[in-house]
Amino acid sequence: METKNKTDESIFYSNAFRSVAYQAVLFGLLTLLGWYLYSNVNENLARQGIATGWNFLTTSSGFDIGESVIRYDAGDTYGRALLVGFLNTLRVAVLGIVLATFLGVFMGVARVSSNWLLSTIASWYVEICRNVPVVLHVIFWGTVIHLLPAPKQAIIPFEGAFIMNRGVVMPFPVANDAYVWVGVALLVGIIGVVVLNKWAQRKRERTGEYIPTLWKGLGVLIAPPLLVWLAFGAPLVWDVPSLQGFNFKGGLQFSPELIALLVGITFYTGAFIAEIVRSGIQSVASGQIEAARALGLRPGFIMRYVTMPQALRVIVPPTTSQYLSLTKNSSLGVLIGYPDLVNIGNTTLNQTGQSVEAIAVMMMVYLSISIVISICMNIYNRVAAIKER
Amino acid sequence: MSDQSTAEPVIQLVNLNKWYGDFQALCDVNITINRGERVVVCGPSGSGKSTMIRCINRLEHHQKGEIIVDNIELTDNLKNIEAVRSEVGMVFQSFNLFPHMRVIDNLTLAPMLVRKMPKADAEEIAMQYLERVQIPEQAYKYPGQLSGGQQQRVAIARSLCMQPRIMLFDEPTSALDPEMIKEVLDVMVELADDGMTMIVVTHEMGFAKTVADTMVFMDKGEIVEIASPDVFFTKPKSERTQLFLNQILTH
Repeated sequence: METKNKTDESIFYSNAFRSVAYQAVLFGLLTLLGWYLYSNVNENLARQGIATGWNFLTTSSGFDIGESVIRYDAGDTYGRALLVGFLNTLRVAVLGIVLATFLGVFMGVARVSSNWLLSTIASWYVEICRNVPVVLHVIFWGTVIHLLPAPKQAIIPFEGAFIMNRGVVMPFPVANDAYVWVGVALLVGIIGVVVLNKWAQRKRERTGEYIPTLWKGLGVLIAPPLLVWLAFGAPLVWDVPSLQGFNFKGGLQFSPELIALLVGITFYTGAFIAEIVRSGIQSVASGQIEAARALGLRPGFIMRYVTMPQALRVIVPPTTSQYLSLTKNSSLGVLIGYPDLVNIGNTTLNQTGQSVEAIAVMMMVYLSISIVISICMNIYNRVAAIKER
Repeated sequence: MSDQSTAEPVIQLVNLNKWYGDFQALCDVNITINRGERVVVCGPSGSGKSTMIRCINRLEHHQKGEIIVDNIELTDNLKNIEAVRSEVGMVFQSFNLFPHMRVIDNLTLAPMLVRKMPKADAEEIAMQYLERVQIPEQAYKYPGQLSGGQQQRVAIARSLCMQPRIMLFDEPTSALDPEMIKEVLDVMVELADDGMTMIVVTHEMGFAKTVADTMVFMDKGEIVEIASPDVFFTKPKSERTQLFLNQILTH
């Protein structure tokens, strides 16, 4: 048009040009900042006479670690020590995620239940555990465990198991070659359960007959490993822990540090998951449940086919965040002496002076664990997420 | 229209009382509804119309009085409640379709789980009812993809799939755009012509005039007047009925 201002045609008013230009400027600034930090660190390290590099990973660490999933002693390398720390972190995180999920789902469902006692207990649990810092949780349980009786006066919940201020020990079967095959048979059992459920669903669709699969499924799950175990002559030798000197030897042992950390972060995260589950269930419109009831569906069916599918889509994403924060909170093990990655990373850092590398290792490991959890949960979310249009 | 000689009561409310805390929502409600009878309930908002019909399939529980549906008395007894619910269909103001299931799955869910019907049979029946409400082509869509009128027709079909002997309608057209009200009312008129026992809470007085055997006017938790449509619309006995009709019929 005639009246159009000339500057309107200028490239500076082009949206495409602007977005490229802004990004180029931002990229330039970030590069500058990165270069500055890098040269600054290098300069300071050089001034203090610290050689950077990863050589320390292959030198002997010289320190012992209280507990380890893999074999380790003071003669092993820093690399192996960090691996021990990583595995300890993974162990407490995985156990914590599983336990917090069970606890949280139970408490969340209990909170919306019409059973007054159950819902009151659940709200007390949530309000207390959610409003106390996680650090205090961990220290609290650390203290509680140390107040338990000494090994000689240990509490014995059942024959061969002991609860005391040195942790919990219980009998554990001695390893046997047959157990590999029992494990394989268990896998067969799990596949069998999946097949059974599919079959029951098909049959229901074909004939309308509803087949309860709980007991049948349990049978299918347990029978193969049991039969294999019997076929091998039922080998079973219990490694029963026994008091030798001041400590128990043998059996399955849980250190007081592991238990305190695990219970602390489980109770804390469980409270958040309970709230997420509650809000998910309550986010389903009451009309949905009324409609299902009006159709004559029983409460169990309503929960399974109407409420839960709609609640899950509200529950899964924030639960992922809780899993991530639980994993990162496991680094509080350093407070009570649980040899997790941060604990061992700190020791490594102090002994070698390789602070940048040690911190980088820790950050990379947590980042990797978190990414794996996120990916898994996103995949689950995509599978479980419901379509609406 | 109801033929009194073959009257067979299917719903009896006797001295029904219900409170929400201190507030009395239903106050000595007495009514008997016969098989095949079409009852339209009207009244100002908060008059207890919805509460009354929600008591009939025990979405609300009453504190005093008796509700007898098809010779089954509604009490705390879960078996009785289940039996009544599978005989009584209900259509809501807000449709309440399950948004995570396709239309066809909405329709087959209850027949399969409650009536233990094979999937193939349930789908066949579902398609029959979808054809009756004239939207068979929407069977494999999700409720969110349909218009309000179509959703309400699916909701009616979903109730019919349980082959109920009584249908309750709780303001079925109140959430609809004006141009969609007719398509839902048409389905309901057709249902009435087939002899379904129906209780309809609605403000659609045109629908009431053509379909109802009995008009019920409620106010403040009480049944004020029960009359045939001719009497009800031309010479209502109660002053309150008169006033209400003047308010809604002047436009």
